[in-house]
Amino acid sequence: MSVFIVRRLLQSLAVIVAMSLLVFFGVNVIGNPVDILINPEFDQEELERAIKALGLDLPIWQQYLVFVENAVKGDLGKSFVFGMPAIQLIVQRIPATLELALAAMLIAIVFGIPLGMWAGLKPDSMVGKTIMGGSILGFSLPTFWVGIMMIMVFAVMLGVLPATGRGETVEFLGMQVSFLTADGLSHLLMPALNLALLKLALVIRLARAGTREAALQDYVKFARAKGLSPRRIVMVHILKNILIPVVTVLGLELGNVIAYSVVTETVFAWPGMGKLIIDSMQLLDRPIIVAYLLMVVFLFITINLLVDILYSVLDPRVRLQDVKG
Amino acid sequence: MATTETFPVASSEGVAQAESPLKRFLSDYCDSKVAIGALFVIMAIAFVAIFAPLISPQNPYDLGEIDILDGRQPPGSIGLTGMKFVLGTDDQGRDMLSAIFYGLRISLAVGAMSGFLALCLGMSIGLVAAYFGGRVDTIIMRIVDLQLSFPAILVALVLVAVLGKGVDKIIIALVLVQWAYYARTVRGSALVEREKEYIEAAICLALSHRRVVFRHMLPNVMPPLIVVVTVQVAHAIALEATLSFLGIGLPVTEPSLGLLIATGFDYMLTGNYWISFFPGIALLITIFSINLVGDQLRDILNPRLQK
Repeated sequence: MSVFIVRRLLQSLAVIVAMSLLVFFGVNVIGNPVDILINPEFDQEELERAIKALGLDLPIWQQYLVFVENAVKGDLGKSFVFGMPAIQLIVQRIPATLELALAAMLIAIVFGIPLGMWAGLKPDSMVGKTIMGGSILGFSLPTFWVGIMMIMVFAVMLGVLPATGRGETVEFLGMQVSFLTADGLSHLLMPALNLALLKLALVIRLARAGTREAALQDYVKFARAKGLSPRRIVMVHILKNILIPVVTVLGLELGNVIAYSVVTETVFAWPGMGKLIIDSMQLLDRPIIVAYLLMVVFLFITINLLVDILYSVLDPRVRLQDVKG
Repeated sequence: MATTETFPVASSEGVAQAESPLKRFLSDYCDSKVAIGALFVIMAIAFVAIFAPLISPQNPYDLGEIDILDGRQPPGSIGLTGMKFVLGTDDQGRDMLSAIFYGLRISLAVGAMSGFLALCLGMSIGLVAAYFGGRVDTIIMRIVDLQLSFPAILVALVLVAVLGKGVDKIIIALVLVQWAYYARTVRGSALVEREKEYIEAAICLALSHRRVVFRHMLPNVMPPLIVVVTVQVAHAIALEATLSFLGIGLPVTEPSLGLLIATGFDYMLTGNYWISFFPGIALLITIFSINLVGDQLRDILNPRLQK
């Protein structure tokens, strides 16, 4: 067991090192930051001072070593544009992204499970087929275009929801959140729904498959034989059993939702991490690009590592296979 | 299926069937009316994309043919030169219909090109992994697993951040995002094929590794790949559109559908919906019909569902 965990930890570490090399060197050879960041009217002396201040005069491998040394201390460089530590800028944006991602997950669960169960209980009915057709559409539609269409309908044509921004926020557990104010909630609704669409389609499929399987099981037949109402069978017996796979998959998908919030945040000008990275990529604000990519990759590696370890605890075959292979 | 004829060992299934595999394949495909419709839509879209310069009402990127005074006209309006703008015009006075035809050209070219290159790369790597097995296989599949554990958009972001802008760079990024899907599929079916007698026979004939892998194994792992190709080409088109919309994809000199939508988005709040609505519809129809064809192919190529 510990052999397995150590191996996985080492692998994760290797991936992080490889990623930091790839991202740092890759990002640092694009464009010339001197042209973009330093006032072109500076004279030679001012120019050199500015280059030194940004650390751009060192050879690139030395820049990398400085970067690694600082990264270990939790300092991933200063934003060229904002003049603030990159980590601090990103951390400031985390609550907005997290709020959006969690709201999207909630929507996916609250609407996805009943719809999926309906489609699973009546697979051949008109409604069931429509739900499944809709979920295929959910997979095909490009998220950003759906977002634009939502803005068109609800903000421009009907004028019922605000098109962009986060609205009024209040402090909650030390973070600024919008879901506790009416204005903030109206701002949150469209982006959350937009981000939820893909996951909604996924939850519908999982819930449908689970329901179809569960409906044939003996415990359902037994419950029916006992004379329980169909309502109770569906709401208690079937629901409980399909929740486990749905919740497991959605837990794994949280990282995915955070990655895809890049698109939704850009469409709705939601001030989260995703919008920050896209803006930074357009301005070539390298420290932020590097810090964001490393942080998200780190997040993913952590999630994957935890899942692997959890699986190996639950299913010993996984770790035996790995140690042999 | 020329190869099955050259190698009698593998052609036993061909003898058992009265009709040729191709004929059977076609008649299976035609079982679904939706799938036939989708295929016709794809052919129409491809036709439009290939012949865009001949059939579009104007060349939207020839400054002599557009007039900025025609800018942001709603669908159906008549321009200064008496031309009818069926789908309206953008901010520069371009006919949207023509812009969409040209945009389809770029979107499809990028999607098909990266799909094809990713297929070649992923297929070769997958075949090598399955054929040689052992350490090579372990290392390759570790990389594949690792890459597939990250969402496509994140991999694309990393690659775009590293590679920068440009048509070639975006194609490279899309190929590097997608090769792993092909590699995994090919390896799966190649592992099964490797154990079959005809491969053993080919090895006994002392044929070169390259010949065994590419002439004998490859044709037999193609069917499941066809499904992956259709799905991945649709993904590539959608991903390119998303990246272009975010402003980190194609440069403005290559106005794909995603870029058209991004331009239109700036005018959305003032009510000029058509500039991004119609390119979006074109993108949607393209992706949706490719997915429908892929679905039907999966059904007919899946041995478990075969009649």
